[in-house]
Amino acid sequence: MSEANTFRSGPDEAGHFGIFGGRYVAETLMPLVLEVEKAYREASKDADFQAEIDYYFRDYVGRPSPLYFAERLTRHFDGAKIYFKRDELNHTGAHKINNCIGQILLARRMGKTRIIAETGAGQHGVATATVAALFDLPCIVYMGKTDIERQTPNVFRMKLLGAEVVPVTSGSATLKDAMNEALRDWVANVDDTYYIIGTAAGPHPYPEMVRDFQSIIGREAREQMLQREGRLPDQLVACIGGGSNAIGLFHPFLDDSNVAMTGVEAAGHGLETGQHAASLAAGRPGVLHGNRTYLLQDDDGQITEAHSISAGLDYPGIGPEHSWLKESGRVEYASVTDADALDAFQLCSRLEGIIPALEPSHALAHVARIAPDLPKDHIILMNLCGRGDKDIFTVAEALGVKI
Amino acid sequence: MEKRFADLRSEGRAGLLPFITAGDPDLATSAAILKSLPGAGADVIELGMPFSDPMADGPAVQASSQRSLKAGTKLRDVLSMVGEFRKSDQATPIVLMGYFNPIYSYGVEPFIADAVAAGVDGLIIVDLPPEEDADFCIPAITAGLHFIRLAAPTTDKNRLPQVLANTSGFLYYVSITGITGTASPDMDAVSTQVARLRNSTDLPIAVGFGIKTPAQAEVVAGFADGVAVGSAIVNEIAANLDAKGKAKKGLVEKVSTLVQGLADGVRAAATSTRRAS
Repeated sequence: MSEANTFRSGPDEAGHFGIFGGRYVAETLMPLVLEVEKAYREASKDADFQAEIDYYFRDYVGRPSPLYFAERLTRHFDGAKIYFKRDELNHTGAHKINNCIGQILLARRMGKTRIIAETGAGQHGVATATVAALFDLPCIVYMGKTDIERQTPNVFRMKLLGAEVVPVTSGSATLKDAMNEALRDWVANVDDTYYIIGTAAGPHPYPEMVRDFQSIIGREAREQMLQREGRLPDQLVACIGGGSNAIGLFHPFLDDSNVAMTGVEAAGHGLETGQHAASLAAGRPGVLHGNRTYLLQDDDGQITEAHSISAGLDYPGIGPEHSWLKESGRVEYASVTDADALDAFQLCSRLEGIIPALEPSHALAHVARIAPDLPKDHIILMNLCGRGDKDIFTVAEALGVKI
Repeated sequence: MEKRFADLRSEGRAGLLPFITAGDPDLATSAAILKSLPGAGADVIELGMPFSDPMADGPAVQASSQRSLKAGTKLRDVLSMVGEFRKSDQATPIVLMGYFNPIYSYGVEPFIADAVAAGVDGLIIVDLPPEEDADFCIPAITAGLHFIRLAAPTTDKNRLPQVLANTSGFLYYVSITGITGTASPDMDAVSTQVARLRNSTDLPIAVGFGIKTPAQAEVVAGFADGVAVGSAIVNEIAANLDAKGKAKKGLVEKVSTLVQGLADGVRAAATSTRRAS
């Protein structure tokens, strides 16, 4: 597969991208995971299902999101030409809703009547609660107690939308534990429940399915760039936690060999401190949450805590397709510290009048690093995958401002 | 393992399979509990390999795993504990139970070699379904270890042959759709399911997840070949720790007494239900 003439054919039938991916779940869940796969295969071939997604993308999410030439940032860096794919303008303020629309339509098709989800920062929880409200399905969101404390506005949003937010106190009480707890709920409620996983990870078919729903980002961007510039961009940049916004942008371009791609992980306080969320840069392959992928773990294979100022990147694993794209060399992966992301956050706010989420601020910090040395006709397309309203409290605290 | 279940069959009773996590609350106490289990009536011992993210386990077993990790337990310590136990007991089969990542990190080949050398009889790796057999199940079986698979209420008749294909030693029937130690199983439904499984396999069938009391153990022992109890035992360990998480005096005896009670329940079935059927 690694020498194949396409990078877009994965996963194989068993859900593997090279050695990554797979279906590492308990037997109780296996029949369900197979049922989701079967339902997704049938749905993907159904024109009505696609039409339904298109309808909600257009009239509810507000797609297509614009391709925006970031003129002041371009002038500021005085190098490459910078474009943003503006998925922060989506309903609910991030790319997460693309996936949630797709999955809840699948859940309805499967006759499921109860929705569960895990959330870290709360963005996926809000997006899930939103679509659950839209389709009148009860929704339980598992969220680490630590995250609930640092993301109170999103917790309130979810409640307003009618979801029940269940605090998770086990383990480290963050995203990975919330995912454990959601899996436990699913095992105990197999008949009526659908689990909307928030990123392109988990057991097959989730990594593929979430990627497919998020690929609307890359498909739109490709077309918009051809219209605007008459050619493809030279480089794509996106931040990576689990990696769904990045794989959504990258996937439609993977076979365009002239398009370089960079995924940006969170280096937290710095890779050397051990307090970061850069599973590709500093982890090694392992098995967690249903898939084999790069993980942050200790010498004995115990999963370690991730750290990032951005709760959305604060996860010790990464989607399996990214692990494969790293090993195949097709995509380059970089990392950016909390401090550099904070600088980029402020720069974007001041120069473009766009307050970005802390997650894409990592991508922008990488753009800031490379753009000045690139020629003026070099086009960088960055995914601005979320808006920063949710982050103002975190940023204020980091800057020592009381609000 | 085959001998143990054959002996149980000739005795006309089911076996008791108690579970503890190796290293809970610390290696020394845990080794003492392990050593006491056969005398308390354990027929096969399930020894948990602690993992930071035990997705299929309930709060009790997860807490037990965390206590063990906090005490610094490594996978090699679990194997050493089995080796040490084997010096005084060569008869009681030991099944290591856990998740794949620590083994993958240790290295599949070295782990299998060390497990065989330590005297491990079988393995239950919760997150390795038949779909991922190539990783670990096949090499483990080739090395002479039993690979014990879980069958769940959701495992339908189309899937069952796949689950049974590379299963050996015994089959572990998960009595509830849920995590360990939570809901109580509906015994009639479990009994029906076990009977159904017997149409497809000659392997002994153990039942676990949710069995807590001697009375429940007795009912299950009436129709199954093995009764697995985990959460109730690790809860007894938790109940006998001081504020700092250290073992209180008498912990090993308390656990032993609990296991003895469960073993009595299992044996009571031999004289009541079993004889009747």
